[in-house]
Amino acid sequence: MSAAIDSLPASAAPSRETRAAWALALPALMLFTGVVVIPLAMTVMLSFHDWGQYKGIEPVFILKNWREIASDPYYAEMFSRTFRVAALATLITAVLGVPEAYILNRMNSPWKGFFLLVILGPLLISVVARTLGWALLFGGNNGLANKLMMSLGLIASPIRFMFTETGMVVALAHAMMPFMVLAVWTALQRIDPQIENAATSLGASPFTVVRRIILPQIMPGVLSGAIIVFSLSASAFATPAIIGGRRLKVASTLAYDEFLNTLNWPLGAAVAVLLLAALVLIVVGSNALIERRYAELFR
Amino acid sequence: MSFLELDHVGKHFGPTVAVDAFSLTVGKGEFISFLGPSGCGKTTTLQMIAGFLDPSHGAIRLEGRDLLAVPPSRRGLGIVFQSYALFPHMTAAENVSFGLEMRRVSRTEREARVRAALAMVGLAGYEDRHPRRMSGGQQQRVALARALVIRPSVLLLDEPLSNLDARLREDMQIELRQIQRNLGTTTILVTHDQIEAMSLSDRIVVMSKGRIEQIGTPQEVYERPASAFVAQFLGKTNEFAATVDRTSSPARLVAGSWSASAPAGVSGTVTISVRPERIGFGESGLSGRIASRIFQGNQWLFQCETECGPVIVIRPNNGQPQPAQGEPVHLAWLAQDMSLRAAGGAS
Repeated sequence: MSAAIDSLPASAAPSRETRAAWALALPALMLFTGVVVIPLAMTVMLSFHDWGQYKGIEPVFILKNWREIASDPYYAEMFSRTFRVAALATLITAVLGVPEAYILNRMNSPWKGFFLLVILGPLLISVVARTLGWALLFGGNNGLANKLMMSLGLIASPIRFMFTETGMVVALAHAMMPFMVLAVWTALQRIDPQIENAATSLGASPFTVVRRIILPQIMPGVLSGAIIVFSLSASAFATPAIIGGRRLKVASTLAYDEFLNTLNWPLGAAVAVLLLAALVLIVVGSNALIERRYAELFR
Repeated sequence: MSFLELDHVGKHFGPTVAVDAFSLTVGKGEFISFLGPSGCGKTTTLQMIAGFLDPSHGAIRLEGRDLLAVPPSRRGLGIVFQSYALFPHMTAAENVSFGLEMRRVSRTEREARVRAALAMVGLAGYEDRHPRRMSGGQQQRVALARALVIRPSVLLLDEPLSNLDARLREDMQIELRQIQRNLGTTTILVTHDQIEAMSLSDRIVVMSKGRIEQIGTPQEVYERPASAFVAQFLGKTNEFAATVDRTSSPARLVAGSWSASAPAGVSGTVTISVRPERIGFGESGLSGRIASRIFQGNQWLFQCETECGPVIVIRPNNGQPQPAQGEPVHLAWLAQDMSLRAAGGAS
């Protein structure tokens, strides 16, 4: 881009070029400002407003909502549950998704396409339909999942899935699996196909090849997959709402309830803004860490 | 003598025959090249020796032992891949060290051997570099050091120089040959570059369509090609028809206005094959005209129109006056510089 600008005649070029660049960027910029920046700024402002049962929203600047979130352990519990569920879902997708991607990558062409579709399946189904499906599988003590595991002798007594964090983690991990598999698969495709042969010829066992050669190279892919899965899980709404029910809330369902049930918009806004800020910090921070740690692989 | 032996090795992929009845004995310390166009089965053969592919039939023996029964990780062969296949997350030293770690070599010995191996390929001081921070030539050297540090019984090179530019490739050829001579490692090189095969190898295996066309020293395959394929694949060659005239005594071999006494046992129409650098301009011989001449620095390349069709002549730029374009010339060569084949046949 800069090279193209540099090659133009020096006279009159800078101002005209700059103006043209701005003019060309303007439609997208306006859209971005209109649908992202302004609503977000309004939400942030809203979180500083006052609210009362009878007076409604008062456009003043107070820290009441933020103080409430900071002092009431109820909110700390909500947020710690949100991040605990997201972290566990991320862990499960990583543990299952990495081998899944590795096997997928080694498959031959007709099966590869078929199983890729199977893996992408959760993305092709409506989130509500998918989660209700899980609710049917979980369905109390007589749910299909429990019956199956008990008849297989995996568990002695039924596990409670509905309205528990366990159920949320399982359903979220399933929904997020495609993101992990795709991220790892992309990393696997960057690997020189001869590299496993090279390691084998030097005397490495298949296990050593995976541990010492493949895993370190796909680690950036695993971690970026983890970032995507974590941030999507932490802000997921439908799955926690259906599996968690009315009582077991996470940050996003809490914000929803404040907005639509309690009608305390300012408090809901504060919860939403805090969730957003925490996620941005986590994502940007871990991304920077990954890029520094794996600088050699990104060259 | 036989160190590595391939005995009627074949590989089929479904109905396609990739390699057919490949038999070769390699002596200890020998440098062998598999030469052929892409798809001739040379890389497939190399992969079968390495163990990445299982032969459909045949046997491979190393020092008399069945190599096919040994898993690839235990064969102890050093392999340099076309893409180098270096481990990008490891430094040069860690790359070279990997094979020694797998062999449970002690740390102190490992460090000394890694340093020595990198020094041998001219990369002393590059121990802590990552492969992606190195040039193609340097990566190539790391790959070579990594393959040699485990003291392999056989070194397998899969088109190792094809990703380097021409000048670097020539330097690496000389260096590779020197290292191989010093270490005495039995080496098999897969290449499609005839110059590379000729300048590096003790013997060349010329392959085409999964079959061996000829096995011989570089001079043998160049001077006495066993088939039309070999003659055309290695260097340039001129081919034209000649007839044996039995009416004169002794019988004479005639091509246009050129003739020589016919060797015993040939008759009818034959194909003469002569290398362009073996043809000289003389007072008599095959008459023709210089259609064009190209100056190439160390030599002149002439394209001549003759009675027997187009003929290429290469003359060294030795200060002697050379014929100009359009000039009529007579082409002559010595009987020992040509090879004869029955006309029409493929070989």
